Amino acid sequence: MYLGEAGSSSNRMKSVEEKNDEPIRKTLSALIVDDDALIRKVHLTILKSLGFVAQVASNGKEAVDVFRSGANFDIVFIDMDMPIMNGIETTKALRAMGVNCKIVAVTSRGTDVEMEDFVQAGVDFFHVKPLTVAKVIPFVERLQK
Amino acid sequence: MDRNHLKHQVLNMRRSLFDQLEELKDDANPNFVEEIVTLFYTDSARLIQNIEQALVNKPIDFVRLDDMLHQFKGSSSSIGAKKVKEACTQFGEYISAENAEGCTRALQLIKQEYAVLRRKLETYFQVYRWRDNLDKLRLHICSDLHKEPSGLAICEN
Repeated sequence: MYLGEAGSSSNRMKSVEEKNDEPIRKTLSALIVDDDALIRKVHLTILKSLGFVAQVASNGKEAVDVFRSGANFDIVFIDMDMPIMNGIETTKALRAMGVNCKIVAVTSRGTDVEMEDFVQAGVDFFHVKPLTVAKVIPFVERLQK
Repeated sequence: MDRNHLKHQVLNMRRSLFDQLEELKDDANPNFVEEIVTLFYTDSARLIQNIEQALVNKPIDFVRLDDMLHQFKGSSSSIGAKKVKEACTQFGEYISAENAEGCTRALQLIKQEYAVLRRKLETYFQVYRWRDNLDKLRLHICSDLHKEPSGLAICEN
């Protein structure tokens, strides 16, 4: 279970990119699920700045529909409080569909109860807002392995 | 206001407000910060109005109030508005205690901090635009003078 700050991966990341004999790093894809347009824009820009190809969904039902249409992602960043389907309901639905990519809960509450409910639903990681470049970098490293 | 003082003031305002958001700005997205701030203003006006209305309704729906508050807290934290976020945290404590009077006082604090933030942001963007225009003017003037290989060496002194 991962919670909290990213550590110091950014220097390692730069050295990998500078070396010509390193394997080609794959382009990572992400889905951002949040009902707040400001949050979607910030998270989208953060992920794009780190080389992700990213898509957005404004609620859990949209996220489920995106996966049902056949889309796949390396990672999903999901909010808790959303209309129609909240983050926990969405996570459960995605796991029941067989979606096995990494799911990161990004919420503004961060209570123990919420974290436990998210873990039970099948989330892999948990962050309290705001999502930052420093918080995303460890995921880039993990997903590139 | 001399140039160095202005530069220092802009740097301090940036560092205290949106270091990371500013770093996300690029040629493809030059107005990113202003766009984010505009979204924040729209969200905040709506949420503050809804919270005020929720506090007037009897009985107070503290669950709904909590949802609105956390939305506001989330967007505040995402643009680095620490004091607004802290005021939201205080408000959240009154909601948990179902303390209507405390909620009303806490909302006033949120509105005060939000008003201060707006003033700071407006000043920041005014200074930023002024500095940006000044830099463009300098570049324009330098291009009319005979140039060093670096292009700007004369103007830097």
